[in-house]
Amino acid sequence: MESRRVPRTVSDPKVRQVGFFAPPDRSLSGPPDPTSSSPPLSNISPSGNSLSPVMIPPPRHLSTDLPRHLPHPQPPLSPLRAPRANDTSIPVGSYNPSEFSTPSGIADFSEDQLSPRWGRKSSSGKFATSLPSGGFGMAAAKKISDANSKPGVADGGADTEVQKEKATAAGKPLKEKTTKAERRAMQEAQRAAKAATKGEGNKTALVNSANAVKSVKPAPQKKDNSSVAASERKSGDRQTDKDRKKDVPHPRMQFDDENRVEKAKKRSVVKQAEARNRVELFRHLPQYEHGARLTDLESKFFQLGPVHPAVYKVGFRYLTGDISGGNARCIAMLQAFQESIKDYSTPPEKTLIRDLTSKINCYVSFLIECRPLSISMGNAIRFLKRRITSLPLNLSESEAITSLVSDIDRFINEKIILADNVIVKHAVTKIRDGDVLLTYASSSAVEMLLLHAHELGKRFRVVIVDSRPKLEGKMLLRRLVGKGISCTYTHINAVSYVMHEVTRVFLGASSVLANGTVYSRVGTACVAMVAHQFRVPVLICCEAYKFHERVQLDSICCNELGDAEMVSRVTGREDINSLDGWTSSENLQPLNLLYDATPSDYVSMIITDYGMIPPTSVPVIVREYGREYLLI
Amino acid sequence: MWYRSASFILDKQEQQRKDAAESRPLSPVSTAMTENPIANVSMYYQTRAAHHGVVTSDWLAQAQAAVAGNADDAAVEKNTSGGEGKGNKFSVVDEFNNWRKQPELAEAVAAIRALASVIRSSQAKTMMELEIELKKASDSLKSWDTTSISLTAGCDIFMRYVTRTSALDREDFGSAKSRLLERAEKFEEISYKARRIIAMLSQDFIFDGCTILVHGFSRVVLEALRTAAENKKLFRVLCTEGRPDRSGLRVSNELAKLDVPVKLLIDSAVAYSMDEVDMVLVGADGVVESGGIINMMGTYQIALVAKAMNKPMYVAAESYKFARLYPLDQKDMAPALRPIDFGVPIPSKVEVERSARDYTPPQYLTLLFTDLGVLTPSVVSDELIQLYL
Repeated sequence: MESRRVPRTVSDPKVRQVGFFAPPDRSLSGPPDPTSSSPPLSNISPSGNSLSPVMIPPPRHLSTDLPRHLPHPQPPLSPLRAPRANDTSIPVGSYNPSEFSTPSGIADFSEDQLSPRWGRKSSSGKFATSLPSGGFGMAAAKKISDANSKPGVADGGADTEVQKEKATAAGKPLKEKTTKAERRAMQEAQRAAKAATKGEGNKTALVNSANAVKSVKPAPQKKDNSSVAASERKSGDRQTDKDRKKDVPHPRMQFDDENRVEKAKKRSVVKQAEARNRVELFRHLPQYEHGARLTDLESKFFQLGPVHPAVYKVGFRYLTGDISGGNARCIAMLQAFQESIKDYSTPPEKTLIRDLTSKINCYVSFLIECRPLSISMGNAIRFLKRRITSLPLNLSESEAITSLVSDIDRFINEKIILADNVIVKHAVTKIRDGDVLLTYASSSAVEMLLLHAHELGKRFRVVIVDSRPKLEGKMLLRRLVGKGISCTYTHINAVSYVMHEVTRVFLGASSVLANGTVYSRVGTACVAMVAHQFRVPVLICCEAYKFHERVQLDSICCNELGDAEMVSRVTGREDINSLDGWTSSENLQPLNLLYDATPSDYVSMIITDYGMIPPTSVPVIVREYGREYLLI
Repeated sequence: MWYRSASFILDKQEQQRKDAAESRPLSPVSTAMTENPIANVSMYYQTRAAHHGVVTSDWLAQAQAAVAGNADDAAVEKNTSGGEGKGNKFSVVDEFNNWRKQPELAEAVAAIRALASVIRSSQAKTMMELEIELKKASDSLKSWDTTSISLTAGCDIFMRYVTRTSALDREDFGSAKSRLLERAEKFEEISYKARRIIAMLSQDFIFDGCTILVHGFSRVVLEALRTAAENKKLFRVLCTEGRPDRSGLRVSNELAKLDVPVKLLIDSAVAYSMDEVDMVLVGADGVVESGGIINMMGTYQIALVAKAMNKPMYVAAESYKFARLYPLDQKDMAPALRPIDFGVPIPSKVEVERSARDYTPPQYLTLLFTDLGVLTPSVVSDELIQLYL
């Protein structure tokens, strides 16, 4: 679908308006589509109505509908990029998918005509995420209307512009693909009908995922970050698997688009109530009220046919916050997948590879509903899917299963457990007697390092900096003190007060991005900045499987929102209740971010299982070893 | 700022107590093979001192004491390494020493030549044996002077380069060995020619009428300046005195022979003269993984002043000096001490900072001139990763 292809024309610079506004009427030049038709076009400017002023580009999978809704969704690549040097509207993922080499073969997707196009697309701009929700289960016609009414509440007028530009851009290229689009539209319609008869959200999702994948494909790599980027789609996410297959980031659902959110909700397994009083700037990230989800999920246990009990358990534990930390979540997820693969048997008339892949997709969507994926989990899933698709066809089912199970074991062992050992071995050389080490929150790698250094007999003391609302540092404090290490515990407000006596700062990371930016627990950037000011070296301990080729410039576009309730309440101090009843106040919007991005200037060195490298060498590792680890 | 903390003060006192309790440095012949005759002075700087003919009084006294031990050492070395070599009397350290004595040859290149000759004269019958022999020879060379970064780095890189060939998979030992030898000789040649290559690359940066600040006696930098002078470029050089080596005097001698206008500065006058300088050019003892360099004491100071005044700082270093070290601060390196002669006796209670080198972080360096090309500091890690992993 050419609709996605960005034409080289430069559109006139748009005035960026922040907030709600009606997009001006634009007549799209392209032929969007013979089949569907025009309504989408005209609807593009529907806006004006109550819903968001900005149209969110339709999800990739809506490719079939693309011609229809063409115009507005696609953000034209070049035009966007040119005039917008300072444009922060190239939002969330302004990564250029074409710039990043996708290790996997996007090409192998059967319905792939889209992929090249998608690949070329840059600046994901607002791919509407709701690919899944939007596309799935909807008859083509419905899609059109959806697309039209897509009102995504944009985080800023920029989106609208993006869309408009996309729309214009998309016009011309669409022509050729129409026929394919038509065919696809028909396919979709059929599938939708089929799905409708099933009446089960999951199944629909599965079917949709097939569709979705197409649309998803173009999504820029970034989108992919199965990461923390909270904005995960809901049930529609099932399709993610297919996306993943292409190593394409999932199109993230933009949660400001109410329509899509509605649809996604219908499909989701986990019923979630959207939180109220949401911060405008973060409306593109999902936020739900945390209380109701657990009981709801519990009651659904026996209805979750397609989800294996092990995966269900893991999802549940994510939801409650039992498992937290990149490595722990990744290992738990992989082990749950292992269990499910062991119990797997190919249904009749289906091939193992495809069916297993779709099952994995299904599980992944479920997990995303429980809690958005971290980057480490995303990389692990990519690895698993690669292994599945590269299984030789002549393998018998049991052989394939044992091979996959042992692959997962090997991944966990080599990439996580042994990697941690190597990291500790390298990092311990940087600890001298008499050192005062500072660490923030709780990182498994840093904890192992401190315990090992203590065992080696080095004399040092530790300052643990902690912060609300998670207060993860307390657990670390307990464990270290239990082993006899002298520790100081303080809150992040005091970090500039204690920094003068610190000699080294050791931090963990959820991921390290291609430009050396460290993506880690919120508060890490503060600590690193203060350390840099005091000229204290900052060392990041991060396994190489967590590296990602994405680039992120701020902490806003990809993040995860936690429970807003936790901000207003202090556990154990019932008397602090000035924020009670915040939900009723319209002017009060609590924000509980979980991650932040630390610029590479504050980082002195990154310790990985490949040795100690400067932050500028992260893309080298990704380049040299990215392929290797994926192919293992 | 940590040294102001209580823990540091306590440590220091403890350290002083320990030092007092320790016996004096060992006699030259106390340990077996390849022991530095002068235990508390870096061999590297001894060599350079020998080359430069700069003799300080302390050094002289120790050298005389060591002379007696030296002969024993050599004998010991020969026997031990002879034993290693399965009967052949080839001693890699001897070979190395022979090469090293030439003042024009860099130490690392001498080591590389010695290692190449190990392969040549090896009588191993299998690849495994040969590799083990090479490793032993390399280790013995490295232990000869543990403080020399370029020596260690050179040996390591040589080993990686040579063994990183698919020739090792071939069944025929003879052909594999000859392939190894080929690579070794090629590497030897590259290293030997590195200086010429760097000199040629740096010609683009030396323009007519420029003023270059030079620190430390680096043969690579001299080669570059010599080439520029031969190409009839008009430039002048400010060189620092370089106490206590007085390497600056040597540099100015060499440059005066080339008819290049030279001006000598005392080390403290660098900031004063930085205004009239167009660029700073130094060599390096070693280039570390972060892209920073380890060089003679005083380089960091000059880098800071140059950065503050926006003058570019160029480093001329051969690629075999890329080391897998990553110092976080000045004290994070293996210490290399050298005696400092103040000319007047100093009371023993007064401590003297005897470190011979410092670390310059990569943010103060503009470009590195290497035989791989003109690189930015962040490329060093790229090269190392490709070579080592």
